[in-house]
Amino acid sequence: MSRLEGPNQIAELQREILEKRGKFGHEIAVCGGPGCRAIGCEEVFRALRDEFQRAGCGEDVHLKWTGCRGLCAGGTIVVIDPGGIFYQGVTPEDAREIVEETVLRGAVIERLLYVDPTSGEIARAQDEIPFYRGQTRLLLEQIAQLDPSNIEDYVAAGGYAALAKTLDRLQPAEVIEEIRISGLRGRGGGGFPTARKWTACREAASSDGTKYLICNADEGDPGAYMDRSILEGNPHSVIEGMLIGAYAVGANQGYVYVRHEYPLAVQSILTARDQAQARGLLGENILGTGFDFHIKVSRGGGAFVCGESTALIASLEGKIGEPRPKHVHTAVRGLFNKPTVLNNVETWANVPLIISRGGAWFAGIGTESSTGTKVFSLVGNIRNTGLVELPMGTPLRMIIESIGGGVPGGKKLKAVQSGGPSGGCLPADRIDLPVDFDRLAEAGSMMGSGGLIVMDDETCMVDFAKYFVEFLAEESCGKCVVCREGLDRMRDILTAITEGNGTPESIELLEELCEVMKDASLCALGATAPNPVLSTLRYFRDEYDAHVNGGRCPAGVCRALITFHIDAAACTGCGACARECPEGAISGEIGLAHSIDAEMCIQCGICRTTCRFDAVMTD
Amino acid sequence: MATTGHAAHRIIEKHAGARDALIPILQDIQAEEGYLSQEALEAVSEGMSIPLIQVYGVATFFRAFSLEPRGRRVVCACTGTACHVRGASAVLDELERQLGVCAGQTTGDGEYSLETVNCLGACALGPVVVVDGINHGHMTRADVQHLLGGEPESAGADR
Repeated sequence: MSRLEGPNQIAELQREILEKRGKFGHEIAVCGGPGCRAIGCEEVFRALRDEFQRAGCGEDVHLKWTGCRGLCAGGTIVVIDPGGIFYQGVTPEDAREIVEETVLRGAVIERLLYVDPTSGEIARAQDEIPFYRGQTRLLLEQIAQLDPSNIEDYVAAGGYAALAKTLDRLQPAEVIEEIRISGLRGRGGGGFPTARKWTACREAASSDGTKYLICNADEGDPGAYMDRSILEGNPHSVIEGMLIGAYAVGANQGYVYVRHEYPLAVQSILTARDQAQARGLLGENILGTGFDFHIKVSRGGGAFVCGESTALIASLEGKIGEPRPKHVHTAVRGLFNKPTVLNNVETWANVPLIISRGGAWFAGIGTESSTGTKVFSLVGNIRNTGLVELPMGTPLRMIIESIGGGVPGGKKLKAVQSGGPSGGCLPADRIDLPVDFDRLAEAGSMMGSGGLIVMDDETCMVDFAKYFVEFLAEESCGKCVVCREGLDRMRDILTAITEGNGTPESIELLEELCEVMKDASLCALGATAPNPVLSTLRYFRDEYDAHVNGGRCPAGVCRALITFHIDAAACTGCGACARECPEGAISGEIGLAHSIDAEMCIQCGICRTTCRFDAVMTD
Repeated sequence: MATTGHAAHRIIEKHAGARDALIPILQDIQAEEGYLSQEALEAVSEGMSIPLIQVYGVATFFRAFSLEPRGRRVVCACTGTACHVRGASAVLDELERQLGVCAGQTTGDGEYSLETVNCLGACALGPVVVVDGINHGHMTRADVQHLLGGEPESAGADR
């Protein structure tokens, strides 16, 4: 692999690769995203490779991995070119048919195509699927096209051209100006204007000239995996973004801080780093311009608080991940007390696009105050679980109904939670809200890193608030009393309410605690921790009241407040529930209605999930 | 003491005593030995000239580290938000009931460790339980009985 000696050689390399590429008759791309990996795409890949060998068409076929395709509910996804035939739900057993029918005979296997559950329409290619049609896929489409382990794929798609342009034609101040024009705001949660951060770091004095760059890939929000997908699926875009940022602020050392539960992401960024280094795109004298930049990859220790910049920096220094007060910004005094720019994965990945296509182009997408696109992970009680990318300001309704396919199982939408554990819940009647940084904050939630958790009417909002408070209490670093003790007390109170021991005063005390935590916590984790409680109190007060005053859990979730019984009219007497009941609490003769012994029942709910006739009810 | 000391010293050497290397060193020791023993922590403190209390502080702060040996089989329930709204707490509850330990503990016979993870990014499969690295998706309380009852393939539809 030859080293590139000048910025103009990037375009030459791209031409070379594209000429070489034209030769394959077929390209078969297997999705290697998080969802497909979990469902067994590696076996699908192996089966396809074996079948190609068996059929003897190895030369004519290019079988490759790509990053996440987004439609995780349809894993494993395999896309075949020419034609872009989109197969979903592929198993290793389908491999032979795919090779013999589709690749050798050009026939489409209908069984593996996407069928729209509402219209019944069959989609042959990605663009025909409603999930994709409504999106603006700038970052995600690259991921879906590229083999992340191959730098040539990235270069062929125009990768590193933004770096070449930067080093060849732009002054550092011009780079920052382009970012300012783009209006790019941090995708990690805070939404801080990226250009302001970069300017502060550029202007900050450093005694020995050292400045650092950090990529925050410690994606800690449960239910959010967009950063993982970007890092696994297009690591070079992150490296290129960091290179441009380093040039702009004058940094020579960067860190990628990756969550330790993401071993593939670690592998992916390490491979990409080594490839970039071998090509002269990273390291000393980059592209022969005299600019040096090195990247170290650190695995996070697994602490949610390390999403907070000062805690992350402490952890990188080998210390306990505790935040510090930010009287002095990290842009001025950060890692090892040097000026430091910290941005999250998605922010870095946007930088090459902005430099290539211009800040004004980026600013033209989205809303005035929230520009560009945002990647969301759409999860929970939603038909099309997956990663979606949309212009900022897209109404929630479009995301959930048109793209997400709505709530499955004939249930009703109850709420959508955004912003991770310290975000907030929006009720179904706020579904027309445009999703951007400011509108979400106004509604009592936040953008966070872009997790969207959809909940159906079987979700108890008090239990849901308790879930987040428990999570946050567990993850509070314990440095400041307000957050440490406040979360523990909130957990106690919410537990009491869900166990039927709440009083009206409990709710008042909760509200008071929330206010104190907002005002007096040291870092953003503590200050935003009350959001799940405040937003559920704001929109679902009646549900709290039902627990406290009525001793009821309307959603039928809180075990201490529900009793199970069998609706004799609906029960067919099949006996399935009685066989599964771990306590032997269900009796009845086959063919006749069964009943539950309330004394013996432990409210585990197995009978309800087992029953195929919806005969098990709760009070 | 002797063997652990050696592993720790070798790993410290590999990281060349860099000032930001404490966490990576502990991660490497844990990857090799499965957990961080008292001997290992002492060896790191000594080898890096960092007070033991600081090493212990870091080792107990981060979720990635365990100061106890894990069981022969590791059962890990995802308790991420997407799994939660699809019933992960009932699944975890049943795992705890069946194994007779709480999350974070190992059974008395050293056979099973029950762990939780905040999110695996496999939200389409939720609730997910990982047994010895193999994913079991769409888990329900009833599936847990089969999962631990020695017929792992029958529980959940997925690998």
